[in-house]
Order: sequence, then C-alpha cells, then structure tokens
Amino acid sequence: MMDRSYNAVMSRKTEIMKKAVGIDYDTFEKEGIVFDYEAMMREAGYSLEEIKKIQGETGVGNTPIYELRNLTNLARKMAPAGKGARIFLKDEASNPSGSFKARRAATAVYHAKKLGYKGVIAATSGNYGAAVASQAAMLGLKCIIVQECYDSQGKGQPEIVEKARKCEAYGAEVVQLTVGPELFYSFLNLLEETGYFNASLYTPFGIAGVETLGSELVEQIVEKTGKQPDVVVCTNAGGGNLTGTARGMRKVGAEGVKVVGASVNLKGLHMASDTDFNKKSFTTGHTGFGIPFTTNPDRSDVPRSAARPLRYMDRYVTITQGEVFYMTESLAQLEGLERGPAGNTSLAAAFSIAQEMDEDQIIVVQETEYTGAGKHIQPQLSFARDNGIDLHFGNPRDEIPGKSIILPEHPKMIKAVDLDMDKIRQSYVKNMVKKKSDDREFSDEELSYIAVETNLTVEEVKGRLK
Amino acid sequence: MLAKKGDWVMIYNIVLEPKDRAPQIPEDTKKVPLEMWIKGFLLEDTEVGEMADIETIVGRKVSGKLIEIHPNHKHNYGNHVPEILQIGKTLKELLFDGEGK
Repeated sequence: MMDRSYNAVMSRKTEIMKKAVGIDYDTFEKEGIVFDYEAMMREAGYSLEEIKKIQGETGVGNTPIYELRNLTNLARKMAPAGKGARIFLKDEASNPSGSFKARRAATAVYHAKKLGYKGVIAATSGNYGAAVASQAAMLGLKCIIVQECYDSQGKGQPEIVEKARKCEAYGAEVVQLTVGPELFYSFLNLLEETGYFNASLYTPFGIAGVETLGSELVEQIVEKTGKQPDVVVCTNAGGGNLTGTARGMRKVGAEGVKVVGASVNLKGLHMASDTDFNKKSFTTGHTGFGIPFTTNPDRSDVPRSAARPLRYMDRYVTITQGEVFYMTESLAQLEGLERGPAGNTSLAAAFSIAQEMDEDQIIVVQETEYTGAGKHIQPQLSFARDNGIDLHFGNPRDEIPGKSIILPEHPKMIKAVDLDMDKIRQSYVKNMVKKKSDDREFSDEELSYIAVETNLTVEEVKGRLK
Repeated sequence: MLAKKGDWVMIYNIVLEPKDRAPQIPEDTKKVPLEMWIKGFLLEDTEVGEMADIETIVGRKVSGKLIEIHPNHKHNYGNHVPEILQIGKTLKELLFDGEGK
C-alpha cells in the first residue's frame, strides 16, 4: 500500500503534478532561474481564436459592458473641474458560473477532457470552484473542489460556505478543510487517488482563457466610444486576472492602455492564521494573495505559474474593505446592478482613479461577480460584526484590517492608495536572488529574464542588485 | 441517532494532528489539528458519532466519523445591518438633490 503520510506525499509532489497537469514544465526551463514563459504560453496554451471557440461552446464570454453614468457623475462632483473619466464595467457575473473564472475553467476543463482525464480537481475557496464545477458539468467530467473553509471552531466564512453550495449545485464533491497551507497535502492525495486533472488556476490554458476578457473589453469600448480605453483596473490576487486581461488587450493592439491592479488592504492579517481567518471580511482579491503572488509568482500549485502580473502592471493600488462594501451598495443603488462585493474591489479603485483623469478619458472595471446568500454585503458585514469587528461610518484611512470596517462618511473619502511599484519590483528581485541559492553573479540571460519579469531595463535590474 | 444506509450524511476527519503540522505555519494554527468535512451517501447503517463509510457524489469511497444526517446549508443574508440603508440615501441626496459641488 502506498505511503500516504504527509512527508511521503509531499516528496512525490513533482511526479503527482506532472501526471495531473499533463505539462512537462522542464522543457521550458532554461539557464539558472530562467524559464521560457512565452514558449510555455504558446506550446501549452491555446491561441485567442481557439479559446473564443472553446468558450463559445459553453456560453462563456461575450459579457455585456455597461457605462456607469450615475457613478461617473458622482465621481465628477468630487473631482476638480474637467476631471472625472467615464467609468465602464464589464459584467463578468453574466458568465455561466457567475464570474470571469468561467473563462479560466472553460479552457482548463476542455483541455482535461481532450487529454482523456475522467475528472478535474481544483483547490480554491473562491469563484473558481464554481466555475470548474459548472464547466465539468457541461463537459461530463467529474469534479472535486478542495476548500479552506473553517476555523478551528468550525466557523465558516459566509462567502466560502456559499461557494461550497454552488459547487454542489453543479454536482461537484466539496472537500472542506480548516485553515492551513497543508491543504496542498490533501489536494495531492486526491490527485493521486483519483488520477483526475489538476485544474489549477495557474496553468497556461487557464491564464490564456482570460485573454478573451481583455480582447473583448477593448473591442466593446472601441465600438461604444470610438477609441480604446485609457485605464483598465483589475482586481488582483493570484495575478491571473490581470495577466490574462493585459495579454488579451495586447493581442488586439491595445498596447497603450494602462493596467492597474487593485487589492483590498488586509495588512497585518496572516493568511495561514487560524484566529485571523474569520477576521478577514474578504476571502479573495486582497493583499494577502496579491503581494506575495506579484513579487514571487511561482508559489502556486504548478511548478511555473502562467500568471505573472508584474510583467503587465503599470500601477498597483489598495482599497479598504469598507470602501468596497460601500461601492457595492452604490452599484446597486445608483446603477441598478446588484453584484458580489469581492468583484467590486476594482470598482472602488476606479471610482477614485477616475477623479484623477480627464472627463473625456475612459476607465474600465473589468469584472463583477454573482451575489446571493452569504456572498453579499449584508451577511458579510453581519458576520464581521458578530466576530467583534467594529463597523461604523468614518474615514476609511482609519480602518484597521481585522479590527474595524469603516464605511466612508462621504464618497469623496474613497481613495485608491498607491503601493510603491519600485518596492514591489525590488522585492521580486530579492526573491530571485534567494532562488539562485549560490553566490555566483546572475548571467546576462538571467538579467534579461528579470528585466522582462519586472518590466525594467537590464541596467535598472543591475542597479537594484547592488 | 441511527443513520440508514443510503442517507446523505457528513463525515469528519482529522487530517493532521497539531504535532504533524507543517513547520512554517503560525503558532496559533500549529496548536490545532487540520480538520476535514466531506458529504456522501452512507454505505451501512451507522450511529452518529461512530466511524462510517460513505460514497461521495463522484463515487469516491471515504471513511470518517459520522457527524450529521441530511446536512443542510445554513448560510443566509445575516442580521440586518442598519448602516447599509444610509449609503443609498446619502448618495441619492448628493447626486440628485444638488448637494456636493
């Protein structure tokens, strides 16, 4: 009988993954820390045209885009004269499973079926689980979703519990766990036991699936306004949303569009802490994932992540929990669109950034997510209050993650706060130095790789190594 | 309480005892076990609290402590949060009644 102890399973990680993803990542490895990202995307992924066809077959994509006229007018009231860009919203909640994650799942599950796998497994507490389950149902594959769901008191985030329900509604088995990164051990165990496909969020096909989001939004904005958008704001966690969107925009010739990442500020809350777990009022789109995955993308459940946000990110901002909840209610009250809070992280950021931009400019919020019991501001704020979080109106700048949620007293207080891109790039470079694991100097090939990864010149990389 | 063969139930397992948890996790998490909950159809009549064998919806056979018969989803829209009502009110006054700039 196979040894299923923690150490034994973890030591078989590489072979389990190879079997479960069907990609030999070694073929893309180059000198030292370098790997050939574009070759991986080309050879293991799909072209934009192929993806459109795959997604079209299951009704994924081609979501509507709305101009948020009332929120634009509101932003203009707060902004200096002549400022306040037109705000548009890509309604990704219209996808079959209720979020843009359907795009990632469509390609991953299609690929699994093509390779002859009987089922798919994904480790996620987010919308991706529902997306994989929905696509698996459409393509006739079995599906298991592994969730980090409860704290040691058995208390679950309403948002995550709702996602479990939704996965079950699509016929998936849901394995629920308490807090901790050893979820990966249970995940590997399941892959090995079932021989199912690892529908990881970070494979080339998953990320390529998001490219249609970028290409569609550019085409829709051009059709509606006669020009390309100036700024696109992407909620950023693992980096796949931003990476795929930016790549898709470039593929349709929108190189000049500024790409802004936005995350909810959860500074000070440890992602693997049992006691912090239910003090978070957001389970995704926050800095707890956003910063580590941006500064060190190869930390996911595959050897090389296809999500590499720092290559594409022009700016990275944070927004508070209170601001996102406030904007979620604003979207319902002023635009007649009731959507889930997590997807509105980029909306809150865009409302602030629009005020810095000229009136004739265009800013696009590139996603929404579905809403419902558990996954709605009412239960999420109610849950926060029950957990001793101090909820009140005030200045969002005073919010302390895990202690308070401050709803802005006035919408003019909503402010996207810039993270220092230079520090983020520096942190990426530091992580690469750690990865090198010896004292030798980086080769020219390695320096060029870091330059592309961080969107710097080779000279600038050299400067940061001193 | 006795659960019947074929009943939809929830089982519980400890995946890792505190002493076996990964070294890099925070101290508070290290003090508690890694726990797991799975649902499925019961394969033999079993008392709640006893070890049970189930078949999950995808056909996987799993064993664990039987903790619930006909488990249901308990999440809802939470308690009323009065602050939420104020948001739309404020915004509509600002946008349509001429306050602001």
